[in-house]
Amino acid sequence: MIGRPASARVVGLHGAVLAALLLLQFILPAYHHGILTRVMVLAVYATGYNILLGYTGLLSLGHAMFFAAGLYGAGLTVYHLAWPVPLGFISGVLAGLALAAIVGFLALRTVGVAFMIVTMMFAQAFYLLTLYCADYTRGDEGFVLTQDMRRMALGDWTLSLAEPVIRYNAALLLFGICLIACVWWVGSPMGRVLIAIRENEERTTMLGYHTYAHKFIALLISAAMCAAAGAAYGLLFGYVGSTFATIHYSISPLLWVLLGGAATTLGPLLGALCMFYLVDILSGYTTAYLLFVGLILVLLIVWFPKGILGTLRERRLQWLP
Amino acid sequence: MDFGPYLLLAALEGLVTAAVLALTALGLSLVFGVMRIVNVAHGEFFMLGAVLAWGFTSLLTGHPALGFALAMIGSPLIVGAIAWLAERLVLRRLHYDPEATIVATIGLLYIIQQLALSVYGPEARPVTAPVTFRIQFPWFGYAGYKLLVVGVSILFLLATWFVIARTRIGLIMRATQYDRETAQAFAIPVDRVYAGVFAAGAMLAAMAAVLIVPIQQAHYLMGLDPLLLSFIVVIIGGLGSLKGTVFAALLIGMSDGMISVFFSPTLAKILATLLVALVLVYRPQGLFGEVAQ
Amino acid sequence: MTDPSQVSRVDPLGGLTRRRLLTGLGAVAGLAAGRRWAPRWGGAAQAATSAPIKIGFQAHRTGIGAAYGRWYERVTHAAVKFINAGGGIAGRPVELITEDDGTDPKRGAEVVEKMATQHHVDVTFGTLFSHVVVGSAPRAGELKMPYFVVSEGYHVASTKLNRYVFQPGITDVRSQVMSMAPWVSNHLGKKVTMIFPDYAFGHDHRDFFATAMAAHGGEVIEKIAIPPTERSFAKYLPKIPRQTDVLYHVMVGPGVLTFVKELGEFFGSKHPEIFGFIDSLEAVDIATPGLEFLEGSYFWEAHPRYMSADAPESETFYRDAVGVNHEGASVSDPKDISTYSHMFGCWETLFVLKEAIEASGYQSPTPADKQKLMEAVEAMTTFEAGREHPQGDKIFNGKLHQSFGHQYISKVEGAKLKPVHRTAIEDGLYEPAGDYTTQSF
Repeated sequence: MIGRPASARVVGLHGAVLAALLLLQFILPAYHHGILTRVMVLAVYATGYNILLGYTGLLSLGHAMFFAAGLYGAGLTVYHLAWPVPLGFISGVLAGLALAAIVGFLALRTVGVAFMIVTMMFAQAFYLLTLYCADYTRGDEGFVLTQDMRRMALGDWTLSLAEPVIRYNAALLLFGICLIACVWWVGSPMGRVLIAIRENEERTTMLGYHTYAHKFIALLISAAMCAAAGAAYGLLFGYVGSTFATIHYSISPLLWVLLGGAATTLGPLLGALCMFYLVDILSGYTTAYLLFVGLILVLLIVWFPKGILGTLRERRLQWLP
Repeated sequence: MDFGPYLLLAALEGLVTAAVLALTALGLSLVFGVMRIVNVAHGEFFMLGAVLAWGFTSLLTGHPALGFALAMIGSPLIVGAIAWLAERLVLRRLHYDPEATIVATIGLLYIIQQLALSVYGPEARPVTAPVTFRIQFPWFGYAGYKLLVVGVSILFLLATWFVIARTRIGLIMRATQYDRETAQAFAIPVDRVYAGVFAAGAMLAAMAAVLIVPIQQAHYLMGLDPLLLSFIVVIIGGLGSLKGTVFAALLIGMSDGMISVFFSPTLAKILATLLVALVLVYRPQGLFGEVAQ
Repeated sequence: MTDPSQVSRVDPLGGLTRRRLLTGLGAVAGLAAGRRWAPRWGGAAQAATSAPIKIGFQAHRTGIGAAYGRWYERVTHAAVKFINAGGGIAGRPVELITEDDGTDPKRGAEVVEKMATQHHVDVTFGTLFSHVVVGSAPRAGELKMPYFVVSEGYHVASTKLNRYVFQPGITDVRSQVMSMAPWVSNHLGKKVTMIFPDYAFGHDHRDFFATAMAAHGGEVIEKIAIPPTERSFAKYLPKIPRQTDVLYHVMVGPGVLTFVKELGEFFGSKHPEIFGFIDSLEAVDIATPGLEFLEGSYFWEAHPRYMSADAPESETFYRDAVGVNHEGASVSDPKDISTYSHMFGCWETLFVLKEAIEASGYQSPTPADKQKLMEAVEAMTTFEAGREHPQGDKIFNGKLHQSFGHQYISKVEGAKLKPVHRTAIEDGLYEPAGDYTTQSF
């Protein structure tokens, strides 16, 4: 049930998923190993987005700005200031938080469609900013974080983030932390208030909850996760560019979450995975793969509007968080 | 160039942008207002209008005005038919649930865009204007056709206003927008109204595209910008307010031109975008919309 | 009569049991992954030297680069056909594996991964748009995949990428822009106003041309940056100062025709000299209505679109092979104009690869062989003009991984482009910013 602290079944399920991800790296061929690394980082992005969309009921069309804030926060500090990787990562997350604080202060005064447009506008302005500051960001062309810059010192060891094994486990670690945080939070009292806000904000206010504060915190957490994903993406894959701040990267998490199932903890991962393989497999057969993606999206939403896991939860597994 | 003429040029350009934007946004506003859904594929209907216009004009050699007239009639009709089909096949089954509609229309966006790429190709192709004449101001030259665009847009806007405010069809649409259930109780075929409104919204976008395509080119990715701008216009103007849509289109079209006179263009765009966001923050119902009770 | 113990439960899916479904799904998943295993299965039995050389082609089939991507693909296929007709590379046939990167840097990196870990190609090549190159290059470096781009961006020669990235088939924008300055300054005028898109490509033009002009007695008096999302340009034109001798424009993208039309409407018949880059009009017919304003203006070209009467045999051969007529349009559809000043890069890159593979004794994608291959490329110094290099002779700088060649300036006369000047290779040489050969593999 949504809103209850995690039962044994829930813990078991999520533990199993994480364990499976941990073990898969030993049997997956190199190509899928790399894919899964990427998908896990993007799943963090989707999970962050889901906190706002699925659990708080706020549809943002501008989350690319938080992802990009993390990306640039980490990228710029590592590239221009030669900061070590962990510090770069933290500055990415902080950049996302700072941006969320500003945007949240203004945007949360609106709801529904207006919220969508406001977030979209802020994201667009952020994108243009990354182009405007081309002296530092190299604009749309972007810049490269070389393998040297992406070495982490841990005690006596040096870990290179360009190594597939390190990368996979770093992504898994990040995803694991975010997933557990999400499961815990959704079952916590605050999580329940958020769900109540999603269902009926006026009633929740009438019940005495400070809905604005709750939404604000939800936005901060969502942004922090998305920024963490962005920072991780830049540090793990070595490229920072404005393309990641465009509207397509705001629509993507929406698609992943809705496909996998909004308001489910595992939906974002599933959605990201499915979308990725959909595009990958289809593009091997036709250049018009987006056509099939579109068709499948339409079919899915008509027959499974709650997404894959959402429909599953509705029809069979009501205990899925 | 001196400041005065510079401002005049920026103002003229702004008028053209505003005119086309008003038509496009009107289509979106109708759909928003009556059906309460977000149509992310609205920009693709615009693009289809432009691409079809190219198709029609290249069919008829001879005087470009003939091909253009054919496009003016044919494009909106075909785009309207496609929209009507989409509404029946997809949107109806979703019961107009807001989030589901967004995903479905994103899917539609991909489908339409990809079809355009496969059939029309990746190039940007020009369409000859029906009339080509140059107006020579003392300080600069200007395309006469652009002024024609403004004129024709105003005519279309007036015609749309007339249909909505003064005809029975318009009355039915407004009734459905105001209160769907009561409208149904009065034997208004709400489903058919929805289908018609969705088609009409797409047709307006297509008409706007046919007007603008001799100035810009027809390109399969050209739908994104009009989509973003239309969203902004509709929200700023206020949901469900046609007057607001037109006013907001004017505001945004003109400011887009004028601000870049004073600031570096990219900075101007940043400021304009933030301005839009701030308007919405402090007046979420838009400039002319009613506050939701 | 069936034995009751063998009757299966009522199955609403008509026989599709869960096991069959899972098997089916597994089969599909296996198919997707299995492409990787299949070649190995047969490959082990073949002798290494006759197995095909697998070249991964990263193509812009969709997205903003699709118009270029189409021609890149045609030329690449033509080159591969020619190479295979001549016995292939080191006696081995060339197998081309193409993937669409959607002109997106994120997808580009994924395509590089796919080429390396799923298709097991020997080299990857073909990327054009700068942001995709910069986005994909790190992955190529990590996967130790020789990566040959056909991009004309300055990113490779800036030595900011990695040692696996090469650009031997096409010259870079810095070199192109620099070599224009002397002629522009001497023939068109000293005071230049530049109009360019406000992103990396435009900034490169702005920075390099301003420096080059200053070095040749000229001056860029105004720099007008157009935001990337702009669709109409008339409101920027008043910023052009009255004392401009030369208007230098490099607008690219779907709005270019609008830009030229509005230039014409704005100026009328009294206008400064106009100098542009053919990038604006690749795949576009100069005779398009609305472009009359360009009559008498000048364009940079890398490879003149309209064939001159005294062109060498290699030019005719090349045009025949890729299916382009004397006017630079497709022989099967004269309305389909080619991206003539860029696509030769694909052809020439493949021949550079052929030369390098044959010179280095490369056999298979082992680290040692790949290193030999790349060192062989780095050791190259010149490419002779001919069928393998139809654009002209070139100098290759092994430390920068970049080729330097001749550039052309053409004049628009009667809606055709007529070359009026050919630069010397030295006109486009600049101080190296670094040295890839000092980096480790």
